[in-house]
Amino acid sequence: MIVELTQTWYLVLAALIFAIGATGLVIRRNPLVMFMCVELMLNAVNLTFVSFGNMLDDVGGQVFVFFVLVVAAAEVAVGLALVVAITRRRQGATADDLSLMRG
Amino acid sequence: MELVWLIPALPLLAFLILIPFGRKLSDPGAGWFATLLVGGSFAVSAAVYLELMSRPADDRVVHQVLFTWIPAGDFSVDIGFLADPVSITMALFITGIGALIHMYSVGYMKGDPKYSKFFTYLSLFVASMLVLVLADNLLLTFLGWEGVGACSYLLISFWFNEEANATAGKKAFVTNRIGDFGFMVGTFLLWMTIGTINYVDIPERLGGITELTATAIVLLFFLGATGKSAQLPLFVWLPDAMAGPTPVSALIHAATMVTSGIFLLTRLEPLLFQAPIAGEVIAWVGLATALVAALAAVAQNDIKKVLAYSTISQLGYMFLALGSGAIVAGMYHMITHAFFKALLFLGSGSIIRSMSHEQDMRLYGRLRKYLPITSITFILGWLAIAGIPPFSGFWSKDEVLAAAYSSENLGVLKWGIGILVALLTAFYMTRLVIMTFFGPKENWRDPEKLEEIGVASSFDDSDPSADAEAHHLEPSHTPKESPWTMTVPLVVLATLATVAGILNLPFADRFKSLEIWLEPVLTHSHEAPVATTLFILAGVAIVAAVLGVIAAYFVYQKQKIPAERIEKPALVHALYINDTYAEVVAGPGTAVFQGIADFDATMVDGAVNGVAKVTTDAGNGLKPLQSGLVRTYALTLSAGAVLLLGYVVMRMSF
Repeated sequence: MIVELTQTWYLVLAALIFAIGATGLVIRRNPLVMFMCVELMLNAVNLTFVSFGNMLDDVGGQVFVFFVLVVAAAEVAVGLALVVAITRRRQGATADDLSLMRG
Repeated sequence: MELVWLIPALPLLAFLILIPFGRKLSDPGAGWFATLLVGGSFAVSAAVYLELMSRPADDRVVHQVLFTWIPAGDFSVDIGFLADPVSITMALFITGIGALIHMYSVGYMKGDPKYSKFFTYLSLFVASMLVLVLADNLLLTFLGWEGVGACSYLLISFWFNEEANATAGKKAFVTNRIGDFGFMVGTFLLWMTIGTINYVDIPERLGGITELTATAIVLLFFLGATGKSAQLPLFVWLPDAMAGPTPVSALIHAATMVTSGIFLLTRLEPLLFQAPIAGEVIAWVGLATALVAALAAVAQNDIKKVLAYSTISQLGYMFLALGSGAIVAGMYHMITHAFFKALLFLGSGSIIRSMSHEQDMRLYGRLRKYLPITSITFILGWLAIAGIPPFSGFWSKDEVLAAAYSSENLGVLKWGIGILVALLTAFYMTRLVIMTFFGPKENWRDPEKLEEIGVASSFDDSDPSADAEAHHLEPSHTPKESPWTMTVPLVVLATLATVAGILNLPFADRFKSLEIWLEPVLTHSHEAPVATTLFILAGVAIVAAVLGVIAAYFVYQKQKIPAERIEKPALVHALYINDTYAEVVAGPGTAVFQGIADFDATMVDGAVNGVAKVTTDAGNGLKPLQSGLVRTYALTLSAGAVLLLGYVVMRMSF
């Protein structure tokens, strides 16, 4: 069975990746993995932007992707710095241990 | 005449300099310094007085505005001084008598550990009083009014090591606060009604004022006056104020403080004539006070308390005059009273000092030969206050009584009560003089009597250093005449008390110099009764005075009638008015205040604390939401996003 590769499938794929990322973010405890999950979610969104840009024949979708990439890069820089700082202080820390801000 | 501001400024300067340098100047430098500056103030007052005299009668006003004190929209208050015949008359005797009392204090306070502090307060007292009388608006007068109140507190409780003295100071202050309330509300009401609190503007703006408003304003100011001038119902602080050093008593009773109530109503005289009912109230309150205080004075054994009640009684006369519309008579009696009451107080101070600070007259007797100058001057003062012609008190008291007689409602009754008070005055003053200077024997020579009375004496006008030997009057004690710094003021005041009657003699219009002097500033003049009536009234007054003297002579010199039959306990306690206040405040009063305090603690504080508690509880309840777990946040966030998305999808499909 040959299925025609319509643009809908891109959106379905994006939704799947986003769901995987979101689930991973909630269930995993390792900060590093959680970061990777956030990246997954961001890239899923990027995929939808590109798809819709193609569908609507609008270059804006692709432009937005660049913005997201830049922001993601910045966020990773900050996030990794945080992870390094945390692991220096305590060995084998998980995200759940870092609940100093509890009310 | 740009010198007016100097009159209050000089005593104020003395105050400011004595704060840092008083200790250095010490004894007697600080005293002489203050005396000099207050004397300088008197010289300036006299210069201003002469300047005013040289002007035509309707131009005798110096209005000097130094700067704007409070500019606030329509409401603007200046620091300004108004020197007109009324205020300059006041300033003259405040500074004159004030300077004499300062000089007297140089001798009286000699050796006191707080010598310079005493003169610091004393100068501020005089400065405040001068601000009070020279102010050109009610607010500045109020500043002086409060300053006088604060200084009286400081000076009455000057020897605060003794509990009773400190309490007396507090009592004076608290009682005066009740009166101050009247002053303040009166000022507010006046401003609301006619839009000005400047004395010069008041007469011309009174056109639209209703009688009811005028009555309310005058009565509120009169409440203020009853506080400062010790009238019913607020007179209770004055007898206790005897706890202060004797020069302070003299200053309070003669030159400052108690005259401020009379002055205030004189200043508001245009308003007074818009409110005839208030005038009636003032006259009757004054009369009632005069009678109650005169009755109480008959039974006091403390020499200063006799004089204190006597002052209250004489002030009652002054209010009687004001209430009857005779402003000049009120001022006249205030001036003569200032002379003879200052004299009597300073004389009593001289006696007390010579008797090792013993104030109980039952321990005096036959002091005349020991204290020649004090006794002669004191006797002159006694003749003046008792109303024996030609001494000053006779003339002024007679004018007050004539005013009462010719007032519209129940004039004869007012006059009759006034005559009764005159008789009582002559009686208790004669009693005082006989018990002190004459009498059958020298009572302190009797050791038993000394033992018995010395302990019971209620007020002890002694400095704290003498505490250990509080009643050190020995049977072998020989009284000594006071130093010249104390006797010179006595002689000056005795001269003034003798001749001050010439200020306003009733024989012909041209002899009424005080009336001619004050008339231009008063909006209403008072018609004295015709001469024949006047002479009959005066005759009755003389008979009453002589009767009082003779009665006292028989009771206390000849001792034909035992004194106990006259000095009833009710009189000793001044008809229990003070005791009633104490009972009411201590009993139901305390309960009411406790109730108010409880209302404050539960309702007012409850509302405030309630708001805080609700906020805290809400915060505590919501606290678990912030778990600190990043993953929980992420889950909540996703769930929220899903819910929102679901909502949007539902909206789209249905």
